[in-house]
Amino acid sequence: MLRKLHGLPSLFMALFLITIATTGAMLSLMPAIHRVHAVVPDKGEVSVAAMAQRIVQHHPNVEKIDRKLSGEVVVYYKTANHQPKADLVNPLTGQSIGPYQPSAFMDWVEDMHRSFLLHDTGRKLAGGVALVMVLICLSGVFLLVRRLGGWKALIKPIKGNGVKRIHSELARFAVLGLLLSSLTGSYMSAMRFGFVKDHTFIPPSFPSSVSGGQPAPVGSLIALKNIDLTSLHELVFPYPGDLQDFYTLTTEQGSGFVDQSTGTLLNFTRLPPMGVFQQWIIRLHTGQGIWWLGLILGASALTVPVLSYTGVLAWWRKRRVKKGDLVNTPSKEADTILLVGTEGQTTWGFAQDLQRQLIRAGRHVHCAQMNQLVEDYPQADTLFILTSTYGNGDAPTTAQQFMNKLTSFKSNASLRFAVLGFGDRQFPNFCQFALDVTTALEQKGLTPLCHTELINRSSAEQFREWGKTVANLTGWPLALSYHPQPTVTQTLALVGREDYGVNGHAATSILRFRAAGTHSLPFFEAGDLLGVMPPQEATARFYSLASSTKDDVLEICVRKQPNGVCSSYLHDLQLGDCIEGFIRHNPEFRPAVGRHPVILIGAGAGIGPLTGFIRQNTQRHPMFLYWGGRNQKVDFLYQPDLTRYLDDQRLTGLQTAFSQGEDQTTEKAYVQDKLLQDQATVRQLLEQGAQILVCGGRGMANGVTQALNDILEPLQTNVDVLKAQGRYLEDVY
Amino acid sequence: MRKYIFLALSLITAFTLSMSAQAREVTFTTHLARYDGSGAYLAIYLADAHGRYRKTIWVAGRNARYYFELPGWARGSRLRPSEYDGMTGASVTSGRTLVVTKNIPDNLINKGYRIVIDSAVENGNSNRADVSTPLTTAGSGKTVMGSVYVLSFRYDLK
Repeated sequence: MLRKLHGLPSLFMALFLITIATTGAMLSLMPAIHRVHAVVPDKGEVSVAAMAQRIVQHHPNVEKIDRKLSGEVVVYYKTANHQPKADLVNPLTGQSIGPYQPSAFMDWVEDMHRSFLLHDTGRKLAGGVALVMVLICLSGVFLLVRRLGGWKALIKPIKGNGVKRIHSELARFAVLGLLLSSLTGSYMSAMRFGFVKDHTFIPPSFPSSVSGGQPAPVGSLIALKNIDLTSLHELVFPYPGDLQDFYTLTTEQGSGFVDQSTGTLLNFTRLPPMGVFQQWIIRLHTGQGIWWLGLILGASALTVPVLSYTGVLAWWRKRRVKKGDLVNTPSKEADTILLVGTEGQTTWGFAQDLQRQLIRAGRHVHCAQMNQLVEDYPQADTLFILTSTYGNGDAPTTAQQFMNKLTSFKSNASLRFAVLGFGDRQFPNFCQFALDVTTALEQKGLTPLCHTELINRSSAEQFREWGKTVANLTGWPLALSYHPQPTVTQTLALVGREDYGVNGHAATSILRFRAAGTHSLPFFEAGDLLGVMPPQEATARFYSLASSTKDDVLEICVRKQPNGVCSSYLHDLQLGDCIEGFIRHNPEFRPAVGRHPVILIGAGAGIGPLTGFIRQNTQRHPMFLYWGGRNQKVDFLYQPDLTRYLDDQRLTGLQTAFSQGEDQTTEKAYVQDKLLQDQATVRQLLEQGAQILVCGGRGMANGVTQALNDILEPLQTNVDVLKAQGRYLEDVY
Repeated sequence: MRKYIFLALSLITAFTLSMSAQAREVTFTTHLARYDGSGAYLAIYLADAHGRYRKTIWVAGRNARYYFELPGWARGSRLRPSEYDGMTGASVTSGRTLVVTKNIPDNLINKGYRIVIDSAVENGNSNRADVSTPLTTAGSGKTVMGSVYVLSFRYDLK
C-alpha cells in the first residue's frame, strides 16, 4: 500500500516533477547570483532617507525605489523625454550600476516552473504536483525507514546495492530540501488560489488629509530617516507637482505613507503575524535573501530526475520479478552467482528454473556461463555451479576457461558454494568435471553449502530433491520444478502390436504408433527415444525406437515391469487407442558411419533399436547381433524379421542365448556366454575397428562389460579404452 | 386598482425613457505596447478637470493586492471594493487589445471630464495617467497615444 502510494503518483507525475525540479534548480542559483551583484550595507549603516537622497541626485523623475530581498536596489524613473527606465543602483553612492533587465530566459524558466507556461491552469497543476511531491516524500521516508529497520538506521550507512541503493542514498540526502520546497510550494499555490488568505500585503488606507505644503528634500524626511535600508521593500515617490500626494512606503514590518512636506509617517499598517509567516514561506521556497538555502534546495531538486529514473527502474525490475522474468543482476551487485557449464541447452533449462526460484525468494541473481567467471563478486554470499561434463571428464564448451580463470579468482570469506553435476551414469567418468570443480573450489577456500549432487539423465526428481536440500540449508523457498522435456506432445494412435509372453500373459510387446488424425510424424531415427506421458503423470518415460521416419511408424519394444505405471499403461492399450508422446533425439547411440563391422549386443526389449539399426543397414556393412532372451519359444522377439535380414545380408551373423531352457537338453545361457564362445571372432572384429553397441538392462550390460574385458585382455585394451574412442556405446536402463 | 396599474406603467415608461435619455453606450479600445514582462494591470476611470477621481470604468487584472500599484486610481477610489465591483477582468498582456463597452451618463460627456488610464506591470513601472484624454463627442473615434504600457487608445460614442 505504502509502496503504491509512493510509486504510482511518482510514475504518473514523473515528467511534471522533473520539469519543476530542474527549473527549480536553475532558479535556485538566482539568489546567489543576485547576492554577488548586490552592494549590501550593514544594518544601521544607511537610512532610507540617505539612500533616496543620493539616488535622486543621480536620476531624474524617480518614481519608485525597490529593494529586492537579495539586497539589490532598483530605481524606476523617467528619462527627460518621458521614457520609463529601471536601473540597478549602488545604495551607498546612488549611482547606477547598470540597467535593470530581468533575464527573459530566467523569466521563461520561472514561468515554466510555476505554470508549465499554461497560465492559471498550469499554476493549478503545478500546485497539485507540489502537493503530490509532499506525499511522495513522506511515503518515501516511511518506506526507507521500513526498509532500513527503524528511524535510527536513517543516519547509518545504507547497505544493499544497485539502483535501489542509489535511490535510497539520494533520497535520504535530498528529502528535507524536497519536503521544504514542496510544502512551501503547495502553500504558495493555496495562497494564490485563495484556499489560504494572503496576508503578505495589507494595503494601508490612504490618508484623508495631508499638509499640502511645499515638498521637502527626500533626505530630510524624518520618517524615512528612521527606517534602516535593510528593512526597506519599496518606496514610491509622489506624483510630481501634486501637492496632495505622498510617499508610499513598504518595509518588512508593514506599509504606510509619508507626508512629502512634513515627513510624518501616516496610516502605517503593520503586517499581521500571519503575514510575516507567509513572507517567510515565500523566502524559504525561493531562497530570496537566503542564498545558501537556495543552493541547498537546488541541489536537492537536482536529485529528482535521478530519483525518478532509479525509481522507475526499480519499479520495472520488481514488476518483471513478479511476472517471473529472469532478471539478471550485474555481477558486482548480485548476492547470488549462478554459473553454467554446458554443451547444449538442457543445463540452461535447469539453471533458469533455479534462477527464477532464487529471484522469487528475493535474491539478486547473476547468471552467466562458467567461462564468464570474474575476479570477484563483491556482494555475493552464494555461488551455484551447474555443469555437465564433456567426453572423458573434460569441461563442456561454456566452462573451458573456468579452471584457468579460477586461479585469479578472489573469494570473499563468506562465499558458500554448491555444485550440481549433470550427466549419464552409463558413461565413464560420470560428472567428473563437476567433481573436479568441487575440489578446485574447496582448494580455493570456499565453503561447501551442501554435497555435490550428480543428476543422472536430467532427472527432474533429483533436481527437485536437491532444491529441497538447498532450501532447508538456506531458508529460501525453492520449489524447483524443471522438467527437461518439450512441452509439446503429439497424439499417437496404436496401429499394431505383437505380444510375446508365457501363458497368454504378455511379457514383452512390440507396439507400433502412427500420428493421430491427419498429422504427420516428426523426423526420427532408430535409437532415438519416444517419450511417453502416461495420463496423470508429470514425468515422461522413454523408450528406444526400433524404427525410423522412413518406416512411417513409431515402433517400440516394451517389457511389462511388475509395478511399472507406464509399461502397464502401454500394454493395456487396444488398437486405435491414443497416447501423448514426443521424440527425443539420441544421436549418441548410433552405429558409426563407415565400413567397420558393428557388433550389436542386447537382451530382452533392448533388441528394439538394434533391430532398427539392422533394418537400416541397406548397404550391407558387416553387422553382428548377440541377443539374449528368456524362452526361445515365447520370447524370441523379431524372429521372422531377423531371419529375413540374415537372408538379405543386412545381418551378417546372429547369436541368441536363452536363460530358461525349454527342457534339459537345451542349454541355458546369457548373451555374455555367447560372446565368450565367439571370443576369437569378436577379437578379430575389434582388431578390424569394430564398434560395439549395447542396449538393455544394467545387469546384462555389466556382464557384457566383464566378458568383453576378458576378451580384450590379450589385445592389451579394455572397454574403457573403447568407450573413450567412441567405439563402445550403451543405451542402458 | 386600475389607477395604481396606470401609475406603475407610466412610472416604468418614464424611467426607461429617462435612462435612454441620460446615458450613452461607449466602447473603449486599448492597445497595449510590446514590453517585457507579465500581464499589465490597467485602471480606466473618469477624472474631473482638476484630475480628481470620479468614477471607475474598468479594471484589468483580478488580484486586488496589485491594485495598490495603480497610483492615481488607487488614491482616488481609495480601493473601496464598492468602487470597482463587477467592473474587473483579466490583465492584458504585451501587444494585446482590451475592448470594454459601458453606458456613460450624458452629464459626464462634454463637461470637462477626462478618461484616464493607470497602468502597472510586475517588476516594472507604475504609471499614473498612461493615457489622459477629454471625454467629448468630438473626441469619439479619434486615436490618442499612450505614454508607457499603452500604445494607443480610442473611445467610440454610440
